[in-house]
Amino acid sequence: MDKAKETYVLKMDNIAKEYYGNRVLKGVNLQIHPGEIHALMGENGAGKSTLMNILFGMPVIHSTGGFEGTVEINGEPVQIDTPLKAMEMGIGMVHQEFMLIPGFTVTENIKVGREISTPNLASRLFGRSMETLDVKAMRQDAKKALDTIGLQIEEYAKVAGLPVGYMQFIEIARELDKTGIQLLVFDEPTAVLTESEAERLLEAMRVISSKGIAIIFITHRLDEVMAVADSMTILRDGEYVARKEIKDTSAVEIAELMIGRKVEKLVDDSIPDDRTIDHKRVAVSLRNYRVDMPGEQVKGIDLDIQKGEIFGIGGLAGQGKLGIPNGIMGLYKAYGEVKIDGQALNLNKLGDALDHRVAFVSEDRRGVGLLLDESIEHNIIFSAMQTNKRFLKKIAWMNLYDGGAAKSHAEEMVKTLDIRCTGIKQAAGALSGGNQQKVCLARALTLEPDVLFVSEPTRGIDIGAKKLVLEYLTKLNREQGMTVIIVSSELMELRSVSDRIAIISDGKLACILKPDDSDADFGLAMSGAWKGGKKNA
Amino acid sequence: MNKHTNRSAVDFLFQNKVVIIFLFLCVGATIASKQPLTFVIPELFTRIARNSFIVLSLIIPVIAGMGLNFGIVIGAMAAQIAVFLTTYWGLTGISGFLATMALTTPIAVFFGFLVGKLFNYMKGNEMIGGLVLGYFAEGIYQLLFLFIFGGVIKMNNSTLMIPTGVGVKNTIDFKDTIKYALDTVPMLTIVEVAFYLVMIGIVCSTAFKLVKKQEINWKVTGIEAAGAAAVYGLTFIGPVERFLSTDRLLLLSAVELSCLVTVLWQVFQFAKWQVQKKRGREELGPNRFIPQKAIVYVVLAGVVYGLTYIPVLFKVLTVVKLPVMTYLCIGALCCFNNILMKTRLGQNMRTVGQSRTVANAAGIDVDKTRIIAMIFSTVLAGWGQLIFLQNVGTLSTYGAHTQVGQFAIAALLVGGASVQKATNKQALLGIVLFHTLFIVSPLAGKELFGDPVIGEYFRVFVSYGVIAMSLAMHAWKKAAKPKEEETADPGEGRVEMA
Repeated sequence: MDKAKETYVLKMDNIAKEYYGNRVLKGVNLQIHPGEIHALMGENGAGKSTLMNILFGMPVIHSTGGFEGTVEINGEPVQIDTPLKAMEMGIGMVHQEFMLIPGFTVTENIKVGREISTPNLASRLFGRSMETLDVKAMRQDAKKALDTIGLQIEEYAKVAGLPVGYMQFIEIARELDKTGIQLLVFDEPTAVLTESEAERLLEAMRVISSKGIAIIFITHRLDEVMAVADSMTILRDGEYVARKEIKDTSAVEIAELMIGRKVEKLVDDSIPDDRTIDHKRVAVSLRNYRVDMPGEQVKGIDLDIQKGEIFGIGGLAGQGKLGIPNGIMGLYKAYGEVKIDGQALNLNKLGDALDHRVAFVSEDRRGVGLLLDESIEHNIIFSAMQTNKRFLKKIAWMNLYDGGAAKSHAEEMVKTLDIRCTGIKQAAGALSGGNQQKVCLARALTLEPDVLFVSEPTRGIDIGAKKLVLEYLTKLNREQGMTVIIVSSELMELRSVSDRIAIISDGKLACILKPDDSDADFGLAMSGAWKGGKKNA
Repeated sequence: MNKHTNRSAVDFLFQNKVVIIFLFLCVGATIASKQPLTFVIPELFTRIARNSFIVLSLIIPVIAGMGLNFGIVIGAMAAQIAVFLTTYWGLTGISGFLATMALTTPIAVFFGFLVGKLFNYMKGNEMIGGLVLGYFAEGIYQLLFLFIFGGVIKMNNSTLMIPTGVGVKNTIDFKDTIKYALDTVPMLTIVEVAFYLVMIGIVCSTAFKLVKKQEINWKVTGIEAAGAAAVYGLTFIGPVERFLSTDRLLLLSAVELSCLVTVLWQVFQFAKWQVQKKRGREELGPNRFIPQKAIVYVVLAGVVYGLTYIPVLFKVLTVVKLPVMTYLCIGALCCFNNILMKTRLGQNMRTVGQSRTVANAAGIDVDKTRIIAMIFSTVLAGWGQLIFLQNVGTLSTYGAHTQVGQFAIAALLVGGASVQKATNKQALLGIVLFHTLFIVSPLAGKELFGDPVIGEYFRVFVSYGVIAMSLAMHAWKKAAKPKEEETADPGEGRVEMA
């Protein structure tokens, strides 16, 4: 037993990776013993997927200049430069999104690309691809793999009609069926499963590891890690934080390690804060609020946001935080009661939120936020033109575009927000990410809103622009009394500007925290340890 | 219970609404045309023989996820280039036809490769790409036939070339060359050649195994050889020989034969099932033997046989004479399509067709598989065009290929196929429906409106209208679907994204 502890089925040393000058991995180590379940944890953007892409030799790694560091399989250094090679070395992956073909039978899915076939006359003439499939042998193999993980289904059933929970098992069966498999990566396998299905999956993982196959378990759910893993590696911002044996650690410690960092102030304190927030005046009130946004489901939230505060909404990707503003703006189907300044919002009417003086800067800048081929000027004014009928002049019965007013407004905005461009006629698509974000912001502000939702304001923009955007939001709040609601995956930025921060987990409100609450609190809230809410400030 | 059956009946009607509507149209138009069945049916069977092969050549690309292959026009062009050359060289008869086929193949393989390459650059837009490519190829084709033949390559043949010597004439007559070359192969010859081919196959296979020192199952080999010899031996019996010595088969005999074969096959399956049951190795799964189903088949065969005694049908059945070899070729292509799907390559094609992402992750060379599918389709389309030409007997040099893609695709769609799914059955059913409509609609138009011009208008309208209508109806079917499927298969959406 002790001897097994010294050998590693996989050892990745000092892995570093740069994407276009942006270092996403900075000397990461990963060691996996044979037959152990190893959890790989970290926030979004911590570098987990990049590390896995390197392990699988994905083209995205090698087309961007490769990586630094060494990879050893069973103690021997290897070069994995194609997914096929990873497959040959016995590394398998169970994907988060199912890689299954609905129209195929379970057998066909399990044996895809590795069909068993027998030679015939044609195959002797034209090569192996003309060999006849041996369906019987394929079924036997499929059955064997399914039995291993204890799934009782007919191997000739079509995948299309099966419950979602089964699909994960078929994926696993496919990986197990590969000969010589010794390491299996589970990428957030429980994200789409119900509780009982997740339970069964964890059980299957134990069975697999007891057969000597090591497992890398990528997940955000702390309770699952504590339940099933033997050891774990934590990454943060592309850096290696720690490798721990589960028996030597606790959920609180893990949460701290995941979040913990020196909180650097992103916003100067120079802006005077002379606000008096009236706790009675509620700007946005949500009751039993649900949004049907694929991948970001909101499943019933009660929340009051006070007038004049900067309110942060945080949480991991896919937990539903992005669904909140998108539902209010009517971009996705929403249900429940939403009141803006005490007035009920008609969620079925697109644009009703705009009429209630709510503006939104979308996280999807290039998709929803901007007309990429249009000029900066048009981008800034078109919403206001539609909703508020501004920048229009009336000539006879026609409402015509008021070029002069639009131009002067756009120029003013470019100046105040410091949008770096060749002029207001430049196409918005040609700007850098940070400047595009400023254009989006300018457009939202042109609507002169009382409540401003900003979704992922700093995604994909550099630190300088980040600071400017956040400072401007703070200024708007302080000087004009605008209620600003920031939805962001970056806890650090939320903690540096918000008055209060709501953490959303699994579509529900986990809790509302103060910016200076402890790292462990944030970590536990985000990892779903406080489902249904612990305290409501 | 009652509600359930009602619902599934509605579902069935909705699923097959394209076919059902065209079935009504066909019946209605046939009645309106006031033509006797003894005219419509023989005409229809001629057209089935002509067109089936080309329509069937569309199936492989659909399975490989490349949609309806408008690029078969290019296959037809390859065939026409080959047939022009062999006519110029003076090759005739069945040997001339086979030579043309042999010449078509490399040209079509090359064209298919190029088309496949191109389609790999425009994944998801193959249909519109193929359509435009057809128009583009038309230009090159005309350059070849109007200028290069005669202008660059000297050709002295006053019957084929325009009197100036540069450019090919508008029509080429195959009357003395390959007209009916395939249709007139006697059945006796077919059996004979098939026997030799099977023997060669067995010998080659055995020799291969001997050289490679693989195990040989002598018993099976012996049974195969004996079986082939026995069938061949049957042809020496007087009545059988006389029956087989013609090249056409009466439709009546064909119906009787197929009834007989159906019954014999079910009996064979039943016997096999009994033996397996005794040995305790019953086959499970979707292919298992169901006695009830077998009984239904046998009864159906009996009913069909009984129907032949109805005087009206009997009259029709005795009028139609099928060209045996052509129909065998069509049958062989159906078998080929099915068998291909049971090979490694076919499975790869299906995988690629369903999801390129999954195929990639499974280590399948997606681009290569697509190119192979395209080559198959182009070559088969080329052969199909040859079958068409040898039956028609003339080649309209600059027009024969133009509507090949459109008509074939219309026929396939009418049969209930869609851009994502097509089967042999749908292709054959589609040919029957589309060409019935094609035969009777001008006549129906003439009868209804009393003007032959309107009748002709009907014919053109039908072919375009059919494509638009069936595509729209399929779109409707698809739009109605997602709601039910959203929960069932999360993989569907990703297919298009990739």
